Amino acid sequence: MTDQFAPPPALGCRSAPVLKQRGQREVFCGLTGIIWLHRKIQDAFFLVVGSRTCAHLLQSAAGVMIFAEPRFGTAILEESDLAGLNDAHAELDRTVNELLTRRPDIRQLFLVGSCPSEVIKLDLSRAAERLTQQFAPKVRVLEYSGSGIETTFTQGEDACLAAMVPVLPASDARELLVVGALPDVVEDQMLSLLEDLGVGPVRVLPARSIDAEMGIGENTVFALSQPFLGETHAALERRGARHLAAPFPFGDEGTTAWLAAIAAEFGTSDETFAQVTDAPRRRARAAIAQASEPLRDKSIFFFPDSQLEVPLARFLTRECGMSALEVGMPYIHDGIHGPDLDLLPQGPQISEGQDVDLQLDRCRAARPDLTVCGLGLANPLEAEGLSTKWAIELVFTPVHFYEQAGDLAALFARPLRRKSILSTSAEVAAE
Amino acid sequence: MKLTVWTYEGPPHVGAMRVATGMKGLHYVLHAPQGDTYADLLFTMIERRDHRPPVTYTTFQARDLGSDTAGLFKKACQEAYDRFKPEAIIVGASCTAELIQDDPGGLAETMGLPVPVIPLELPSYQRKENFGADETFFQIVRHLAKPMDKTARVSCNIIGPTALGFRHRDDVQEITNLLYELGIEVNVTAPMGATPSDIARMGQAHFNVLLYPETGEQAARYCERTFDQPFTKTIPIGTGATLDFIEEIRALSGSTAQIDDRGLRQTWWSRSVDSTYLTGKRVFIFGDGTHVQTAARIARDEMGFEVAGLGCYNREFARPVRALAKEFVVEPLITDDYLEVERAIEALQPEMILGTQMERHIGKRLGIPCAVISAPVHVQDFPARYSPQMGFEGANVIFDTWIHPLVMGLEEHLLHMFREDFEFNDAAGPSHHGGHAPKPAVEPREEAPAPAARTGEVIWLDTAERELKKIPFFVRGKARRNTETFAAEKGLHEISLDTLYEAKAHFAR
Repeated sequence: MTDQFAPPPALGCRSAPVLKQRGQREVFCGLTGIIWLHRKIQDAFFLVVGSRTCAHLLQSAAGVMIFAEPRFGTAILEESDLAGLNDAHAELDRTVNELLTRRPDIRQLFLVGSCPSEVIKLDLSRAAERLTQQFAPKVRVLEYSGSGIETTFTQGEDACLAAMVPVLPASDARELLVVGALPDVVEDQMLSLLEDLGVGPVRVLPARSIDAEMGIGENTVFALSQPFLGETHAALERRGARHLAAPFPFGDEGTTAWLAAIAAEFGTSDETFAQVTDAPRRRARAAIAQASEPLRDKSIFFFPDSQLEVPLARFLTRECGMSALEVGMPYIHDGIHGPDLDLLPQGPQISEGQDVDLQLDRCRAARPDLTVCGLGLANPLEAEGLSTKWAIELVFTPVHFYEQAGDLAALFARPLRRKSILSTSAEVAAE
Repeated sequence: MKLTVWTYEGPPHVGAMRVATGMKGLHYVLHAPQGDTYADLLFTMIERRDHRPPVTYTTFQARDLGSDTAGLFKKACQEAYDRFKPEAIIVGASCTAELIQDDPGGLAETMGLPVPVIPLELPSYQRKENFGADETFFQIVRHLAKPMDKTARVSCNIIGPTALGFRHRDDVQEITNLLYELGIEVNVTAPMGATPSDIARMGQAHFNVLLYPETGEQAARYCERTFDQPFTKTIPIGTGATLDFIEEIRALSGSTAQIDDRGLRQTWWSRSVDSTYLTGKRVFIFGDGTHVQTAARIARDEMGFEVAGLGCYNREFARPVRALAKEFVVEPLITDDYLEVERAIEALQPEMILGTQMERHIGKRLGIPCAVISAPVHVQDFPARYSPQMGFEGANVIFDTWIHPLVMGLEEHLLHMFREDFEFNDAAGPSHHGGHAPKPAVEPREEAPAPAARTGEVIWLDTAERELKKIPFFVRGKARRNTETFAAEKGLHEISLDTLYEAKAHFAR
């Protein structure tokens, strides 16, 4: 089944030395996860308990979305809330009451902790328990932290899902649980592939609504569709569920290996597997070949952002002909990122954490053809003549599984294509 | 606690970043948790800056708390100095660091850095972005500016423009040119474009031109007290205000130079017959205090609009805005809650909104044309082309900007004439100039006999309701409102066809 791929490298990056640095980190905090999570969980509201900075961050990250009557908001701490903690709890109750009166359609309320709420040690878990009792059975109130001091960008989703695991009902059924918020169109493709492979029943976390949630138990097996779910992984194992380790479903190889790991667990025959996957694999390979033309033999440098860096580096090096110079990750989790690290040929510097000025020095010295980084760095690097691909787009855009493989390659190819178009026209103008 | 979705202003340390990013040779060391670097992208994306803001964050994490966050701060401060070699450093805390009480100012002072270190006290839980900018700039001036002999020729400083300011780039150019025509040299423009050594020689100017009170007033007042520099009070936005501003400059400088106003087209454009239809258009004005005050004057005196309501989100300007509302005989709206602004707009049913990015969205939702006059703004309001708000060219820009979303005069006339025409009916939606207004929803028809629609306590009879629908949708809100006011005044409980036309006659102008 892997005959169409290059064989796995003799030496992958799993045991490669990791450069660990601490210093200034140019990353988002976990609150940003709310921006895509609230679209996915349709009956939930995310109430951040924080400062004006938190509200300003959400607004800056959400862009125009803020006007579609979004299901998130911030309870901004004021001077008087900092004076005494009891007062803060009463204030929180009042705010939640006001909110739930205004939005009677809400069934799940997430109290999201921030740096200020954690530094003053506002006990949101107790508040969640108290409010759950008050609003039961109509509304379930949960709590997690999206603070910058504890979470980086996509880890906000991890913290949110991990908070949901303990309250899921118990079940002995042998079920597959796929964990990670995916765009609806991608989720549907995935479910249909799994169904064709004879795998089932399949549930997803997060479910689109509280009514669609699944049970968990000793017989549950789970696969991760996103690489940033370390806490959720641990919470699920605590409830007896078993993880199916696999590379992440990016590109043809990643998707095939991911499906193969599940197919093996559920006893799908090789014929069925080939029958289900051959056609979409052909399509994916053709789309990648076409879209990745500008990427061939180009070098790439990843700044840490989302933990998607290792699987994406694997896809770009093995399926698009790129070479990786540095792959930066905010965190590396061996049990989750291991299979992708195995497939990534040794060579790039793997780094964990960040001292942004030192990393910028390395990036400038390496002069990569393409740099993957956040929006705070992208334009400044472009101005220095480096092509960039801003990383946040990779979290919002449908990029997983076969049908999106071409789009994924195109996201990286577009900045290079654009650069060549603009420099050609500049040359014409100069003549 | 206050439930918030949309904020007009960021926290005060973002204001400090706006000052630091506007300046050169200054570095800001901000004690802040991981994640607060999000603010960088306001500058690199919205303003499209080609370099990183000169800000070093300590980015402490949970595991650092309880150990040595103070040491972390000192290390970040030393490394920032070694790498960037700034002429001066400002240090402060973001909202979270304010809670852990490390005192960045005290820590930095003990380090013995060979450049001035300016501590900032920005109370994050009481104040906001504009205060942060104003206070930061004031502290920089207070620490760095020295008394000096005045320049031989008459000169002035331009005070207030910052990074991420609405049209600050082009306003500065426009006003610099105007001062040049008046024979006045600009000594220092600050914070935007200035270095700490420029700030040091601010004292040699004869007077100050304060362009943006939101971000420069404290510094202007300090210079007035300390260096005996008077500052200008008129904000030159609009033709009338620009002329007043020129008079004020003449009084301060003794300049008698003539101004070339041949480039000013706004006054003739406004007088030309196609603008007649603008007369009495009801506008609602909201934004920062300064832009609202200037816009209200332009709307009434230079465009012939009727100001139906006005307000601002920065409470520092509540007093002058209240006074202005009194002058215009409207209710002032001082709030930073956009839902309140939305309610006010819905109640007033203006024909046009002049506001911020938020009001643009409110207008979109309600189908009311809107032009942006004030921050906060999005990336499209940091244009590539020259587009000041100030001076004569600014007046031209404002005329075009405000008129653009409105249906043009001739077009409006045609719409009236052909209102039964298949292309001008409700379902066809607004003309292309109507901007982004949604297609009007099909109003649900109640099956109950006679008293068809119901608004408030007054009942619309079926015939009147049907006639109302024949009125083009962009004036229908006004007609409905006027008729209901008329009926209420007359003590009527039902609106018939006659009531509708009596009201029309009553309000005719």
